[in-house]
Amino acid sequence: MDLNWLSITEAHLGLKEKKFSAKDLVLSCLDQIEKTKHLNTFITLTGDDALKQAGEVDAKIARGEEIGILEGIPAGVKDLFNTRDVRTTCASHMLENFVPPYDATAIARLKKAGYLLMGKTNLDEYACGASTESSYFGPTLNPWNREYVAGGSSGGSASGVASGQFYFGMGTDTGGSIRQPASLCGCIGLKVTYGRVSRFGVTALASSWDTVGPFARNAQDIAIVLNAIAGNDPLDATSPIVAVPDYTKNLTKGVHGLKIGIPKEFFAEGVDEDVRVAVLSAIKEYEKLGATLVDISLPMTKYGVAVYYVTMPTELSTNLARFDGIRFGHKPDGEVKDLYDYYTSSRGEGFGAEIKRRIMVGTFVSSAGYADAYYKQAQKVRTLIIQDFAEAFKKCDIIMAPVSPTPAFRVGAKSGDPIAMYLADALTIPASAAGIPAISLPCGFSSNGLPVGLQILGPQWSEDLILQVASAYEQASSWHNMRPSFK
Amino acid sequence: MNTPSRLAKVRLMKLSKEQVLKIANLARLKLTDEEVGRLSDQLTDILTYVEVISELDTKLVTPTSQVTGLSNVVREDVVTEQLCSPDELLEASPLPKDEHQIRVKKVL
Repeated sequence: MDLNWLSITEAHLGLKEKKFSAKDLVLSCLDQIEKTKHLNTFITLTGDDALKQAGEVDAKIARGEEIGILEGIPAGVKDLFNTRDVRTTCASHMLENFVPPYDATAIARLKKAGYLLMGKTNLDEYACGASTESSYFGPTLNPWNREYVAGGSSGGSASGVASGQFYFGMGTDTGGSIRQPASLCGCIGLKVTYGRVSRFGVTALASSWDTVGPFARNAQDIAIVLNAIAGNDPLDATSPIVAVPDYTKNLTKGVHGLKIGIPKEFFAEGVDEDVRVAVLSAIKEYEKLGATLVDISLPMTKYGVAVYYVTMPTELSTNLARFDGIRFGHKPDGEVKDLYDYYTSSRGEGFGAEIKRRIMVGTFVSSAGYADAYYKQAQKVRTLIIQDFAEAFKKCDIIMAPVSPTPAFRVGAKSGDPIAMYLADALTIPASAAGIPAISLPCGFSSNGLPVGLQILGPQWSEDLILQVASAYEQASSWHNMRPSFK
Repeated sequence: MNTPSRLAKVRLMKLSKEQVLKIANLARLKLTDEEVGRLSDQLTDILTYVEVISELDTKLVTPTSQVTGLSNVVREDVVTEQLCSPDELLEASPLPKDEHQIRVKKVL
Protein backbone atom coordinates (compact mmCIF):
# COMPACT_ATOMS: atom_id res chain seq x y z
CA MET A 1 0.00 0.00 0.00
CA ASP A 2 1.40 3.38 -1.02
CA LEU A 3 0.99 5.51 2.06
CA ASN A 4 2.59 8.69 0.72
CA TRP A 5 -0.42 10.07 -1.11
CA LEU A 6 -3.13 9.43 1.47
CA SER A 7 -5.29 12.32 2.61
CA ILE A 8 -5.14 13.24 6.30
CA THR A 9 -8.58 11.67 6.82
CA GLU A 10 -7.50 8.44 5.08
CA ALA A 11 -4.32 8.32 7.15
CA HIS A 12 -6.30 8.97 10.33
CA LEU A 13 -8.84 6.22 9.60
CA GLY A 14 -6.07 3.80 8.65
CA LEU A 15 -4.37 4.45 11.98
CA LYS A 16 -7.59 3.94 13.92
CA GLU A 17 -8.40 0.75 12.04
CA LYS A 18 -4.80 -0.42 12.53
CA LYS A 19 -4.24 -0.90 8.79
CA PHE A 20 -0.86 0.70 9.34
CA SER A 21 0.93 2.40 12.20
CA ALA A 22 2.08 5.97 12.71
CA LYS A 23 5.62 4.58 12.44
CA ASP A 24 4.71 3.24 8.98
CA LEU A 25 3.59 6.74 7.97
CA VAL A 26 6.84 8.31 9.16
CA LEU A 27 8.96 5.61 7.51
CA SER A 28 7.19 5.97 4.18
CA CYS A 29 7.67 9.76 4.38
CA LEU A 30 11.37 9.31 5.14
CA ASP A 31 11.62 6.89 2.22
CA GLN A 32 10.01 9.43 -0.14
CA ILE A 33 12.20 12.25 1.23
CA GLU A 34 15.25 10.11 0.44
CA LYS A 35 13.97 9.27 -3.06
CA THR A 36 13.30 12.91 -3.86
CA LYS A 37 16.14 14.55 -1.93
CA HIS A 38 17.35 16.31 -5.09
CA LEU A 39 14.41 18.71 -4.53
CA ASN A 40 16.22 20.14 -1.47
CA THR A 41 13.00 20.69 0.45
CA PHE A 42 14.49 20.43 3.95
CA ILE A 43 17.02 22.50 5.84
CA THR A 44 16.81 20.32 8.96
CA LEU A 45 15.32 16.81 9.19
CA THR A 46 13.81 15.61 12.47
CA GLY A 47 12.79 12.12 11.33
CA ASP A 48 14.25 10.37 14.40
CA ASP A 49 12.16 12.45 16.79
CA ALA A 50 9.11 11.95 14.58
CA LEU A 51 9.67 8.19 14.69
CA LYS A 52 9.91 8.23 18.47
CA GLN A 53 6.70 10.26 18.79
CA ALA A 54 5.00 7.98 16.27
CA GLY A 55 5.78 5.09 18.63
CA GLU A 56 3.91 6.92 21.38
CA VAL A 57 0.89 7.42 19.12
CA ASP A 58 0.97 3.74 18.18
CA ALA A 59 1.09 2.75 21.85
CA LYS A 60 -1.93 4.94 22.49
CA ILE A 61 -3.84 3.26 19.67
CA ALA A 62 -2.79 -0.17 20.96
CA ARG A 63 -4.23 0.73 24.36
CA GLY A 64 -7.53 1.47 22.65
CA GLU A 65 -7.42 5.21 23.32
CA GLU A 66 -9.04 7.74 21.00
CA ILE A 67 -6.71 9.76 18.78
CA GLY A 68 -7.28 13.19 17.28
CA ILE A 69 -7.46 13.79 13.54
CA LEU A 70 -3.89 15.15 13.32
CA GLU A 71 -2.37 12.73 15.80
CA GLY A 72 0.50 10.84 14.19
CA ILE A 73 0.30 12.83 10.92
CA PRO A 74 3.74 13.86 9.54
CA ALA A 75 4.21 17.45 8.40
CA GLY A 76 6.90 19.82 7.16
CA VAL A 77 7.22 23.29 8.67
CA LYS A 78 8.78 26.31 7.00
CA ASP A 79 12.01 27.16 8.75
CA LEU A 80 10.64 30.56 9.76
CA PHE A 81 8.52 29.13 12.62
CA ASN A 82 10.23 28.85 15.97
CA THR A 83 10.35 25.21 17.02
CA ARG A 84 11.58 24.53 20.52
CA ASP A 85 14.96 22.74 20.56
CA VAL A 86 14.93 22.41 16.75
CA ARG A 87 17.27 24.69 14.80
CA THR A 88 15.39 27.53 13.09
CA THR A 89 17.48 29.29 10.45
CA CYS A 90 15.09 31.47 8.37
CA ALA A 91 17.31 30.08 5.55
CA SER A 92 19.91 32.67 6.56
CA HIS A 93 23.58 32.50 7.47
CA MET A 94 22.58 34.97 10.20
CA LEU A 95 20.66 32.25 12.07
CA GLU A 96 22.53 29.19 10.87
CA ASN A 97 23.00 27.95 14.45
CA PHE A 98 19.93 29.42 16.16
CA VAL A 99 17.95 26.99 18.34
CA PRO A 100 14.81 28.70 19.70
CA PRO A 101 13.83 27.98 23.30
CA TYR A 102 10.07 28.15 22.60
CA ASP A 103 7.47 27.23 19.97
CA ALA A 104 5.50 29.54 17.72
CA THR A 105 1.82 29.48 18.73
CA ALA A 106 0.81 27.68 15.50
CA ILE A 107 3.41 25.00 16.27
CA ALA A 108 2.32 24.71 19.90
CA ARG A 109 -1.25 24.15 18.67
CA LEU A 110 -0.18 21.51 16.13
CA LYS A 111 1.88 19.78 18.84
CA LYS A 112 -1.13 19.75 21.11
CA ALA A 113 -3.08 18.17 18.23
CA GLY A 114 -0.39 15.48 18.02
CA TYR A 115 1.21 16.21 14.64
CA LEU A 116 4.66 14.86 13.83
CA LEU A 117 7.37 17.28 12.72
CA MET A 118 9.41 15.70 9.91
CA GLY A 119 11.67 18.73 9.71
CA LYS A 120 12.11 22.36 8.82
CA THR A 121 11.55 23.21 5.19
CA ASN A 122 13.50 25.49 2.89
CA LEU A 123 12.47 29.07 2.02
CA ASP A 124 13.84 32.23 0.54
CA GLU A 125 16.06 33.90 3.14
CA TYR A 126 13.74 35.45 5.76
CA ALA A 127 10.84 34.64 3.38
CA CYS A 128 12.05 37.28 0.91
CA GLY A 129 11.63 35.96 -2.61
CA ALA A 130 9.37 34.15 -5.05
CA SER A 131 11.55 31.16 -5.95
CA THR A 132 13.32 29.80 -2.81
CA GLU A 133 16.57 30.61 -4.64
CA SER A 134 17.73 33.19 -2.09
CA SER A 135 18.03 30.50 0.61
CA TYR A 136 21.48 30.22 2.19
CA PHE A 137 20.98 26.46 1.79
CA GLY A 138 20.43 26.48 -1.97
CA PRO A 139 17.26 26.47 -4.07
CA THR A 140 14.32 24.09 -3.69
CA LEU A 141 13.35 22.52 -7.01
CA ASN A 142 10.02 21.87 -8.67
CA PRO A 143 8.70 18.30 -8.29
CA TRP A 144 7.43 18.33 -11.89
CA ASN A 145 10.73 19.36 -13.44
CA ARG A 146 13.96 19.78 -11.52
CA GLU A 147 15.20 22.50 -13.86
CA TYR A 148 12.41 24.77 -12.63
CA VAL A 149 11.90 26.61 -9.35
CA ALA A 150 9.41 25.56 -6.67
CA GLY A 151 8.26 29.15 -6.22
CA GLY A 152 8.54 30.90 -2.91
CA SER A 153 9.06 31.92 -0.40
CA SER A 154 7.54 28.76 1.17
CA GLY A 155 9.03 26.58 -1.59
CA GLY A 156 10.15 23.72 0.66
CA SER A 157 6.71 23.12 2.17
CA ALA A 158 5.00 23.36 -1.25
CA SER A 159 7.45 21.08 -3.04
CA GLY A 160 7.40 18.59 -0.15
CA VAL A 161 3.59 18.31 -0.08
CA ALA A 162 3.42 18.05 -3.88
CA SER A 163 6.06 15.31 -3.96
CA GLY A 164 4.51 13.13 -1.26
CA GLN A 165 7.17 13.81 1.39
CA PHE A 166 4.61 14.69 4.09
CA TYR A 167 0.86 15.13 4.45
CA PHE A 168 0.66 18.82 5.08
CA GLY A 169 3.01 21.76 5.26
CA MET A 170 3.12 25.03 7.11
CA GLY A 171 4.03 28.28 5.43
CA THR A 172 3.69 32.02 5.62
CA ASP A 173 2.18 34.33 3.02
CA THR A 174 3.09 38.02 3.06
CA GLY A 175 2.68 38.93 -0.62
CA GLY A 176 2.04 35.46 -2.08
CA SER A 177 4.52 33.14 -0.37
CA ILE A 178 2.00 30.33 0.18
CA ARG A 179 -0.22 30.70 -2.89
CA GLN A 180 2.51 31.17 -5.50
CA PRO A 181 4.62 28.09 -4.60
CA ALA A 182 1.41 26.04 -4.22
CA SER A 183 0.45 27.11 -7.74
CA LEU A 184 3.90 26.37 -9.17
CA CYS A 185 4.20 22.97 -7.45
CA GLY A 186 0.61 21.79 -7.93
CA CYS A 187 -0.71 21.56 -4.38
CA ILE A 188 -3.18 23.67 -2.38
CA GLY A 189 -2.11 26.59 -0.28
CA LEU A 190 -4.30 28.86 1.83
CA LYS A 191 -3.50 32.43 2.75
CA VAL A 192 -5.81 33.29 5.64
CA THR A 193 -7.40 36.58 6.66
CA TYR A 194 -4.77 38.75 8.36
CA GLY A 195 -4.82 37.72 12.03
CA ARG A 196 -6.82 34.49 11.57
CA VAL A 197 -3.76 32.48 12.68
CA SER A 198 -1.33 33.79 15.29
CA ARG A 199 1.99 35.11 14.03
CA PHE A 200 3.61 34.74 17.45
CA GLY A 201 6.98 33.00 17.22
CA VAL A 202 7.13 33.30 13.43
CA THR A 203 9.97 35.57 12.35
CA ALA A 204 8.35 38.75 11.09
CA LEU A 205 8.89 40.01 7.55
CA ALA A 206 6.24 42.73 7.13
CA SER A 207 4.12 42.73 10.27
CA SER A 208 1.00 44.33 8.76
CA TRP A 209 1.01 41.80 5.88
CA ASP A 210 2.32 38.51 7.33
CA THR A 211 -0.06 35.55 7.61
CA VAL A 212 0.39 31.90 8.59
CA GLY A 213 -1.30 29.08 6.68
CA PRO A 214 -1.26 25.47 5.50
CA PHE A 215 -0.35 23.51 2.37
CA ALA A 216 -2.07 20.21 1.57
CA ARG A 217 -3.26 18.08 -1.35
CA ASN A 218 -7.00 18.64 -0.93
CA ALA A 219 -9.37 21.21 0.55
CA GLN A 220 -10.53 19.00 3.39
CA ASP A 221 -6.97 18.58 4.67
CA ILE A 222 -6.52 22.35 4.58
CA ALA A 223 -9.73 22.69 6.63
CA ILE A 224 -8.53 20.11 9.17
CA VAL A 225 -5.22 21.91 9.72
CA LEU A 226 -6.93 25.31 9.88
CA ASN A 227 -9.27 23.99 12.57
CA ALA A 228 -6.21 23.23 14.69
CA ILE A 229 -4.34 26.52 14.26
CA ALA A 230 -6.95 29.29 13.79
CA GLY A 231 -8.18 31.68 16.46
CA ASN A 232 -7.17 34.47 18.78
CA ASP A 233 -3.85 34.22 20.60
CA PRO A 234 -3.20 36.55 23.54
CA LEU A 235 0.48 36.54 22.46
CA ASP A 236 -0.40 38.12 19.09
CA ALA A 237 -2.24 41.39 19.63
CA THR A 238 -3.18 41.50 15.93
CA SER A 239 -5.22 38.27 16.07
CA PRO A 240 -8.78 39.48 16.65
CA ILE A 241 -11.36 37.60 18.70
CA VAL A 242 -13.45 36.22 15.83
CA ALA A 243 -15.31 32.91 16.16
CA VAL A 244 -13.60 29.91 14.56
CA PRO A 245 -16.13 27.76 12.70
CA ASP A 246 -15.58 24.08 11.91
CA TYR A 247 -13.92 24.57 8.53
CA THR A 248 -14.79 21.03 7.40
CA LYS A 249 -18.53 21.61 7.84
CA ASN A 250 -19.49 23.26 4.54
CA LEU A 251 -17.20 21.35 2.19
CA THR A 252 -19.96 19.46 0.40
CA LYS A 253 -22.41 22.34 0.02
CA GLY A 254 -21.51 23.09 -3.59
CA VAL A 255 -21.63 26.39 -5.42
CA HIS A 256 -25.18 26.59 -6.73
CA GLY A 257 -26.24 30.24 -6.93
CA LEU A 258 -22.76 31.50 -6.07
CA LYS A 259 -21.76 34.76 -7.77
CA ILE A 260 -18.17 34.63 -9.01
CA GLY A 261 -16.44 37.91 -9.87
CA ILE A 262 -13.92 37.86 -12.71
CA PRO A 263 -11.54 40.84 -12.42
CA LYS A 264 -10.38 41.84 -15.88
CA GLU A 265 -7.12 43.31 -14.56
CA PHE A 266 -5.99 39.83 -13.43
CA PHE A 267 -6.17 38.51 -16.99
CA ALA A 268 -4.38 41.43 -18.61
CA GLU A 269 -1.13 41.62 -20.51
CA GLY A 270 1.70 39.71 -18.86
CA VAL A 271 -0.46 36.71 -17.97
CA ASP A 272 0.80 33.61 -19.78
CA GLU A 273 -1.61 32.13 -22.32
CA ASP A 274 -1.45 28.62 -20.78
CA VAL A 275 -2.31 30.11 -17.38
CA ARG A 276 -5.21 32.11 -18.82
CA VAL A 277 -6.64 29.04 -20.60
CA ALA A 278 -6.40 26.76 -17.53
CA VAL A 279 -7.92 29.32 -15.17
CA LEU A 280 -10.76 30.25 -17.53
CA SER A 281 -11.67 26.60 -18.10
CA ALA A 282 -11.81 26.05 -14.32
CA ILE A 283 -14.13 29.05 -14.06
CA LYS A 284 -16.31 27.53 -16.83
CA GLU A 285 -16.52 24.36 -14.76
CA TYR A 286 -17.91 26.40 -11.88
CA GLU A 287 -20.55 27.77 -14.21
CA LYS A 288 -21.55 24.19 -15.02
CA LEU A 289 -21.79 23.52 -11.28
CA GLY A 290 -24.41 26.25 -10.95
CA ALA A 291 -22.44 29.40 -10.22
CA THR A 292 -22.94 32.64 -12.15
CA LEU A 293 -20.12 34.79 -13.46
CA VAL A 294 -19.93 38.55 -12.99
CA ASP A 295 -17.43 40.86 -14.65
CA ILE A 296 -15.75 43.07 -12.08
CA SER A 297 -12.91 45.56 -12.03
CA LEU A 298 -10.13 46.03 -9.51
CA PRO A 299 -8.47 49.08 -11.07
CA MET A 300 -5.84 49.48 -8.34
CA THR A 301 -4.29 46.09 -9.16
CA LYS A 302 -1.49 47.64 -11.17
CA TYR A 303 -0.27 49.60 -8.12
CA GLY A 304 -0.09 46.52 -5.88
CA VAL A 305 3.55 45.61 -6.47
CA ALA A 306 4.71 49.20 -5.94
CA VAL A 307 2.68 49.56 -2.72
CA TYR A 308 4.13 46.28 -1.52
CA TYR A 309 7.73 47.13 -2.38
CA VAL A 310 7.51 50.33 -0.36
CA THR A 311 5.65 49.18 2.76
CA MET A 312 7.11 45.68 3.02
CA PRO A 313 10.80 46.74 3.00
CA THR A 314 9.98 49.47 5.51
CA GLU A 315 8.44 46.99 7.93
CA LEU A 316 11.16 44.44 7.15
CA SER A 317 14.02 46.84 7.81
CA THR A 318 12.44 47.63 11.18
CA ASN A 319 11.82 43.98 12.06
CA LEU A 320 15.26 42.83 11.00
CA ALA A 321 16.93 45.51 13.15
CA ARG A 322 16.75 42.95 15.97
CA PHE A 323 19.27 40.71 14.22
CA ASP A 324 22.55 42.12 15.42
CA GLY A 325 24.42 39.06 16.66
CA ILE A 326 23.98 39.98 20.33
CA ARG A 327 21.04 38.02 21.73
CA PHE A 328 21.09 35.66 18.75
CA GLY A 329 22.47 35.59 15.25
CA HIS A 330 25.83 35.66 13.55
CA LYS A 331 29.05 36.47 15.42
CA PRO A 332 31.45 38.33 13.11
CA ASP A 333 34.16 36.13 11.65
CA GLY A 334 37.12 38.42 12.31
CA GLU A 335 38.19 40.82 15.04
CA VAL A 336 35.95 43.85 15.54
CA LYS A 337 37.02 47.05 17.25
CA ASP A 338 33.84 48.21 18.97
CA LEU A 339 30.12 47.58 19.27
CA TYR A 340 29.26 49.53 16.09
CA ASP A 341 31.75 47.44 14.16
CA TYR A 342 30.25 44.29 15.71
CA TYR A 343 26.72 45.26 14.57
CA THR A 344 27.66 46.19 11.01
CA SER A 345 29.94 43.17 10.59
CA SER A 346 27.36 40.74 11.98
CA ARG A 347 24.72 42.09 9.62
CA GLY A 348 27.02 42.56 6.63
CA GLU A 349 28.24 38.97 6.87
CA GLY A 350 25.01 37.37 8.08
CA PHE A 351 22.47 38.70 5.57
CA GLY A 352 22.30 37.69 1.91
CA ALA A 353 21.97 40.00 -1.10
CA GLU A 354 18.16 40.17 -1.27
CA ILE A 355 17.84 40.93 2.46
CA LYS A 356 20.41 43.69 2.23
CA ARG A 357 18.61 45.12 -0.80
CA ARG A 358 15.26 45.20 1.01
CA ILE A 359 16.72 46.60 4.23
CA MET A 360 18.34 49.38 2.17
CA VAL A 361 15.10 50.16 0.28
CA GLY A 362 13.09 50.12 3.51
CA THR A 363 15.56 52.32 5.36
CA PHE A 364 15.58 54.81 2.50
CA VAL A 365 11.82 55.10 1.93
CA SER A 366 11.14 55.52 5.66
CA SER A 367 13.95 58.01 6.28
CA ALA A 368 13.41 61.70 7.03
CA GLY A 369 12.46 63.63 3.91
CA TYR A 370 11.23 60.58 1.99
CA ALA A 371 8.74 58.89 4.35
CA ASP A 372 5.80 61.02 3.21
CA ALA A 373 6.52 60.70 -0.49
CA TYR A 374 7.00 56.94 -0.42
CA TYR A 375 5.81 55.23 2.73
CA LYS A 376 2.76 57.32 3.54
CA GLN A 377 1.70 57.51 -0.10
CA ALA A 378 1.96 53.70 -0.34
CA GLN A 379 -0.19 53.28 2.76
CA LYS A 380 -2.80 55.54 1.17
CA VAL A 381 -2.80 53.56 -2.07
CA ARG A 382 -3.19 50.46 0.08
CA THR A 383 -6.45 52.02 1.30
CA LEU A 384 -7.56 52.38 -2.33
CA ILE A 385 -6.82 48.68 -2.98
CA ILE A 386 -8.96 47.78 0.05
CA GLN A 387 -11.77 49.98 -1.30
CA ASP A 388 -11.51 48.18 -4.67
CA PHE A 389 -12.27 44.86 -3.01
CA ALA A 390 -15.06 46.33 -0.88
CA GLU A 391 -16.74 47.58 -4.09
CA ALA A 392 -16.18 44.26 -5.87
CA PHE A 393 -17.70 42.18 -3.07
CA LYS A 394 -20.92 44.19 -3.42
CA LYS A 395 -21.34 42.53 -6.83
CA CYS A 396 -20.06 39.00 -6.12
CA ASP A 397 -19.52 36.46 -3.34
CA ILE A 398 -16.11 35.31 -4.39
CA ILE A 399 -13.41 36.34 -6.89
CA MET A 400 -11.50 34.02 -9.21
CA ALA A 401 -8.21 34.74 -10.98
CA PRO A 402 -4.81 33.26 -11.74
CA VAL A 403 -2.34 32.95 -8.83
CA SER A 404 0.86 33.53 -10.75
CA PRO A 405 1.14 35.24 -14.14
CA THR A 406 3.31 32.35 -15.34
CA PRO A 407 3.96 28.70 -14.48
CA ALA A 408 7.27 27.90 -12.75
CA PHE A 409 10.30 29.57 -14.35
CA ARG A 410 13.75 28.07 -14.81
CA VAL A 411 16.20 28.10 -11.91
CA GLY A 412 18.33 31.21 -12.31
CA ALA A 413 16.05 32.87 -14.87
CA LYS A 414 15.17 35.85 -12.67
CA SER A 415 17.86 35.85 -10.04
CA GLY A 416 19.81 38.74 -11.58
CA ASP A 417 16.77 40.95 -11.95
CA PRO A 418 15.05 41.92 -8.67
CA ILE A 419 12.11 43.70 -10.32
CA ALA A 420 11.27 40.74 -12.59
CA MET A 421 11.21 38.57 -9.45
CA TYR A 422 8.98 41.10 -7.63
CA LEU A 423 6.45 41.00 -10.49
CA ALA A 424 5.94 37.26 -9.87
CA ASP A 425 3.74 38.39 -6.95
CA ALA A 426 1.65 40.86 -8.98
CA LEU A 427 -1.58 38.82 -8.71
CA THR A 428 -1.16 37.67 -5.12
CA ILE A 429 -0.23 41.01 -3.54
CA PRO A 430 -3.71 42.64 -3.82
CA ALA A 431 -5.34 40.10 -1.44
CA SER A 432 -2.42 40.56 0.96
CA ALA A 433 -2.84 44.33 0.85
CA ALA A 434 -6.51 43.99 1.77
CA GLY A 435 -5.91 41.31 4.41
CA ILE A 436 -8.44 39.01 2.76
CA PRO A 437 -8.14 35.22 2.46
CA ALA A 438 -7.28 33.50 -0.82
CA ILE A 439 -6.45 29.96 -1.86
CA SER A 440 -4.41 28.44 -4.66
CA LEU A 441 -5.99 25.34 -6.18
CA PRO A 442 -4.52 23.10 -8.92
CA CYS A 443 -6.51 23.69 -12.14
CA GLY A 444 -4.37 22.38 -15.00
CA PHE A 445 -0.95 22.28 -16.61
CA SER A 446 1.04 24.39 -19.01
CA SER A 447 2.04 22.99 -22.40
CA ASN A 448 5.43 22.05 -20.94
CA GLY A 449 3.87 20.06 -18.11
CA LEU A 450 4.04 22.49 -15.20
CA PRO A 451 1.11 23.03 -12.80
CA VAL A 452 -1.19 26.05 -12.94
CA GLY A 453 -3.17 27.32 -9.96
CA LEU A 454 -6.58 28.95 -9.67
CA GLN A 455 -6.82 31.72 -7.08
CA ILE A 456 -10.07 32.04 -5.13
CA LEU A 457 -10.43 35.21 -3.06
CA GLY A 458 -13.12 36.00 -0.52
CA PRO A 459 -13.98 38.77 1.97
CA GLN A 460 -12.25 38.83 5.36
CA TRP A 461 -13.09 35.81 7.56
CA SER A 462 -14.60 33.84 4.63
CA GLU A 463 -12.16 30.90 4.79
CA ASP A 464 -15.09 28.50 5.20
CA LEU A 465 -16.70 29.77 1.96
CA ILE A 466 -13.39 29.62 0.08
CA LEU A 467 -12.86 26.03 1.19
CA GLN A 468 -16.43 25.13 0.22
CA VAL A 469 -15.85 26.57 -3.26
CA ALA A 470 -12.46 24.84 -3.61
CA SER A 471 -13.93 21.54 -2.53
CA ALA A 472 -16.71 21.78 -5.14
CA TYR A 473 -14.11 22.00 -7.91
CA GLU A 474 -12.16 19.05 -6.54
CA GLN A 475 -15.27 16.91 -6.70
CA ALA A 476 -15.74 17.84 -10.38
CA SER A 477 -12.11 17.63 -11.51
CA SER A 478 -9.01 15.54 -10.90
CA TRP A 479 -6.17 18.06 -11.16
CA HIS A 480 -5.49 17.85 -7.43
CA ASN A 481 -4.90 14.10 -7.82
CA MET A 482 -2.17 14.44 -10.45
CA ARG A 483 1.19 13.25 -9.11
CA PRO A 484 4.69 13.97 -10.39
CA SER A 485 6.85 10.97 -11.27
CA PHE A 486 10.46 10.78 -10.14
CA LYS A 487 12.69 8.83 -12.47
CA MET B 1 3.53 67.27 1.12
CA ASN B 2 2.14 64.34 -0.82
CA THR B 3 1.37 66.02 -4.07
CA PRO B 4 2.60 64.42 -7.27
CA SER B 5 5.02 67.29 -7.80
CA ARG B 6 6.73 66.51 -4.49
CA LEU B 7 7.31 62.98 -5.79
CA ALA B 8 8.36 64.09 -9.23
CA LYS B 9 11.35 65.77 -7.64
CA VAL B 10 12.36 62.53 -5.98
CA ARG B 11 12.23 60.74 -9.33
CA LEU B 12 15.12 62.69 -10.84
CA MET B 13 17.50 61.43 -8.24
CA LYS B 14 19.97 58.67 -8.91
CA LEU B 15 21.41 57.28 -5.70
CA SER B 16 25.10 58.10 -5.37
CA LYS B 17 27.56 55.81 -3.63
CA GLU B 18 27.71 58.34 -0.79
CA GLN B 19 23.95 58.12 -0.34
CA VAL B 20 24.11 54.32 -0.37
CA LEU B 21 26.75 54.43 2.35
CA LYS B 22 24.64 56.86 4.37
CA ILE B 23 21.65 54.50 4.24
CA ALA B 24 23.91 51.54 5.05
CA ASN B 25 25.10 53.39 8.13
CA LEU B 26 21.51 54.01 9.25
CA ALA B 27 20.76 50.31 8.70
CA ARG B 28 24.00 49.17 10.38
CA LEU B 29 25.12 47.18 7.34
CA LYS B 30 28.76 46.82 6.39
CA LEU B 31 28.91 46.64 2.58
CA THR B 32 31.75 45.77 0.25
CA ASP B 33 32.68 48.24 -2.53
CA GLU B 34 31.11 45.87 -5.03
CA GLU B 35 27.86 45.77 -3.04
CA VAL B 36 27.78 49.56 -2.83
CA GLY B 37 28.12 49.84 -6.61
CA ARG B 38 25.46 47.24 -7.31
CA LEU B 39 23.02 48.67 -4.75
CA SER B 40 23.41 52.14 -6.15
CA ASP B 41 21.99 50.87 -9.48
CA GLN B 42 19.43 48.44 -8.05
CA LEU B 43 17.99 50.84 -5.48
CA THR B 44 17.60 53.48 -8.18
CA ASP B 45 15.75 50.96 -10.38
CA ILE B 46 13.46 49.87 -7.55
CA LEU B 47 12.72 53.43 -6.41
CA THR B 48 11.98 54.42 -9.99
CA TYR B 49 9.61 51.47 -10.36
CA VAL B 50 7.63 52.20 -7.18
CA GLU B 51 7.11 55.82 -8.14
CA VAL B 52 4.09 54.74 -10.17
CA ILE B 53 2.10 55.32 -6.95
CA SER B 54 2.79 59.05 -7.21
CA GLU B 55 0.38 59.40 -10.13
CA LEU B 56 -2.62 58.91 -7.83
CA ASP B 57 -4.23 61.84 -6.08
CA THR B 58 -4.56 60.70 -2.46
CA LYS B 59 -5.20 64.02 -0.70
CA LEU B 60 -8.48 62.75 0.76
CA VAL B 61 -7.37 59.16 1.43
CA THR B 62 -6.60 57.85 4.93
CA PRO B 63 -3.46 55.70 5.11
CA THR B 64 -3.85 52.05 6.13
CA SER B 65 -1.57 50.54 8.74
CA GLN B 66 -3.91 47.86 10.11
CA VAL B 67 -6.43 45.92 8.01
CA THR B 68 -8.87 44.32 10.45
CA GLY B 69 -9.90 47.42 12.39
CA LEU B 70 -8.11 46.65 15.65
CA SER B 71 -6.59 49.42 17.69
CA ASN B 72 -4.93 49.65 21.11
CA VAL B 73 -5.12 46.01 22.16
CA VAL B 74 -4.06 46.09 25.81
CA ARG B 75 -3.92 43.75 28.78
CA GLU B 76 -2.95 43.87 32.44
CA ASP B 77 0.78 44.18 32.89
CA VAL B 78 1.28 40.84 34.63
CA VAL B 79 3.25 37.74 33.72
CA THR B 80 0.71 35.30 32.29
CA GLU B 81 2.88 32.50 31.07
CA GLN B 82 6.51 31.65 30.82
CA LEU B 83 7.49 30.11 27.51
CA CYS B 84 11.08 29.52 28.55
CA SER B 85 13.55 30.52 31.25
CA PRO B 86 15.77 33.62 31.02
CA ASP B 87 18.84 31.36 30.93
CA GLU B 88 17.43 29.45 27.95
CA LEU B 89 17.08 32.77 26.13
CA LEU B 90 20.68 33.66 27.00
CA GLU B 91 21.77 30.32 25.52
CA ALA B 92 20.78 31.62 22.07
CA SER B 93 23.46 34.32 22.18
CA PRO B 94 26.77 33.63 20.43
CA LEU B 95 28.58 35.86 22.94
CA PRO B 96 30.04 34.96 26.36
CA LYS B 97 27.76 35.19 29.38
CA ASP B 98 28.64 36.67 32.73
CA GLU B 99 26.30 36.48 35.73
CA HIS B 100 23.20 36.00 33.48
CA GLN B 101 24.25 38.86 31.21
CA ILE B 102 25.73 38.99 27.72
CA ARG B 103 29.25 40.40 27.51
CA VAL B 104 29.52 42.82 24.55
CA LYS B 105 32.26 44.98 23.04
CA LYS B 106 32.74 48.38 24.62
CA VAL B 107 30.18 50.95 23.51
CA LEU B 108 32.28 54.11 23.83
